[in-house]
Amino acid sequence: MSTAHTRNLLLHLFIIAVLAGAFFLLPEYHSGIIARVMVLAIYAMGYNLLFGYTGLLSLGHALFFASGMYGLGLVMYHLGAPPLVGLLAGISFALFISAIAGFLALRTTGVAFMIVTLMFAQAGFLTILLMGKYTRGDEGFVLKQSERIIAGIDLTQAGNRYYAALLLFAICLLLIGWIVQSGFGKTLVAIRENEERARMLGYDVQRHKWIAVIVSGTISGTAGAAYALLFGYVGATFATVQYSIFPLLYVLLGGAGTTIGPLIGTLFMFYLIDISSQFTSAYLLIAGVALILLTLFAPQGLVGVLRKRLLPWLP
Amino acid sequence: MTLLSTRGLTKHYSGLTAVSNVDFELPQGQVRALIGPNGAGKSTFVGMLSGRIPSSSGTVIFNDQNITALPAHKRISLGMAYTFQITSIFSALSVHENVALAARRQDNAHHLDLTVDQRVADALLRVNLSQRSTQIAGDLSYGHQRLLEIAMGLAQSPKLFILDEPTQGLSTNEIDSFITLIRNMAGDTTVLLIEHNMDVVMAASDYITVLNFGEVLAEGTPEDIRANDSVQAAYLGTANA
Repeated sequence: MSTAHTRNLLLHLFIIAVLAGAFFLLPEYHSGIIARVMVLAIYAMGYNLLFGYTGLLSLGHALFFASGMYGLGLVMYHLGAPPLVGLLAGISFALFISAIAGFLALRTTGVAFMIVTLMFAQAGFLTILLMGKYTRGDEGFVLKQSERIIAGIDLTQAGNRYYAALLLFAICLLLIGWIVQSGFGKTLVAIRENEERARMLGYDVQRHKWIAVIVSGTISGTAGAAYALLFGYVGATFATVQYSIFPLLYVLLGGAGTTIGPLIGTLFMFYLIDISSQFTSAYLLIAGVALILLTLFAPQGLVGVLRKRLLPWLP
Repeated sequence: MTLLSTRGLTKHYSGLTAVSNVDFELPQGQVRALIGPNGAGKSTFVGMLSGRIPSSSGTVIFNDQNITALPAHKRISLGMAYTFQITSIFSALSVHENVALAARRQDNAHHLDLTVDQRVADALLRVNLSQRSTQIAGDLSYGHQRLLEIAMGLAQSPKLFILDEPTQGLSTNEIDSFITLIRNMAGDTTVLLIEHNMDVVMAASDYITVLNFGEVLAEGTPEDIRANDSVQAAYLGTANA
């Protein structure tokens, strides 16, 4: 077993090293995209823990993303808190919200769970609009460059921003890699595969699911906070249904229940839209067709197929 | 010493009474068979013991503790293991991981000397599945899946092992080794066995409880039950002698 642990750790470290090197090789335009991809991949990884590993399909993760984003944004914007305090506030707020939302939503299962999470996220979105006095509603607000400096490191500068994104991404990837190899992570998979069986082996299924929602929501919120900090904008768009669907798409494309699938899926989707939009204004059509083809011919996603065909050891 | 007992255990399903007022005593270390015609309430009864099915009234005492109000997972962690009538395994996971999930749950101090892997290997050896530990559980034959489920129960090192029709779909050879397995556990582990195969019942059990229409019809040693007229009547539907 420990060889599997080592191999997975090496894979993750290798990916982190590739991303670290990529900044020097890629033109600035692309390294900018990768920085954004890494932050959104954190979001997708958080989502994947719940969807891919625990088998719970949430349609309301934008609530957690936005919780992190506004938790950081509001504290920095209104109280003038330094970025690290803001980050901590964002992460804590996402943890708090996911604990409550999870506790309530987990009274339902299946389709009802999807609808309840969707409704929670919608309530979150409407709350942001309602509190327009503080959140500036739809319009949102910008975090000034002078505020986005940690220990003299200016996060608005491309290189700093890239490595800050990478640092957070690396922490989350290693954390998730560790979780899914742990007894806890394996129990989540057992719940996904056969909930009744897991219960009758003595596992507290409800408690495991709740913790999964909290960890998933907190990681998603971390991504939201990082997005606001690194790209300087906080807006209600990030709390819309669209942002609940994005991580689902990224994870489906990349491979649900794989540690590196979310990154691959986010990267693929970003470049698919980036490249197709150079040729046509109907780029969403191309993205849609690609999605349909993938779900028809590779329902396990890119990494899922890779695992099935070539590398069965992939975590 | 009594490991498990019930008082007035009852289950109503909207008008239908599946189990009615059952008083039941299971001594420590005994292999007890629970038999009865189809629809006699056997699975409902053991479902209420394990907590899978909530009871309508009555109490369940396990190891001197009233567990009537406990949810299933808490009862299991008190030392019960349960195998399903309809095979229930993690079919997408490996045979090894299936048993490991069962073994990992137990954190009893007396297991400290054995790792999870060792206990998995031991459980698989006892049901003769050692060679298949890396296979995907869903790819196993039906009989092997039944054995895997038994191995999952063994890996839990339960005080009480509840088996709901374990030999269904097993070959004659596999049934023979199952009987040996159960006999080897007797005295150490308390076993409650729902079984239709009378040869297994007679060979494996120390004592038999017969349920009919949700009530205890008779209890006794295999010889007593074999000779019991009302049991024969219930099974064969002949007029009571």
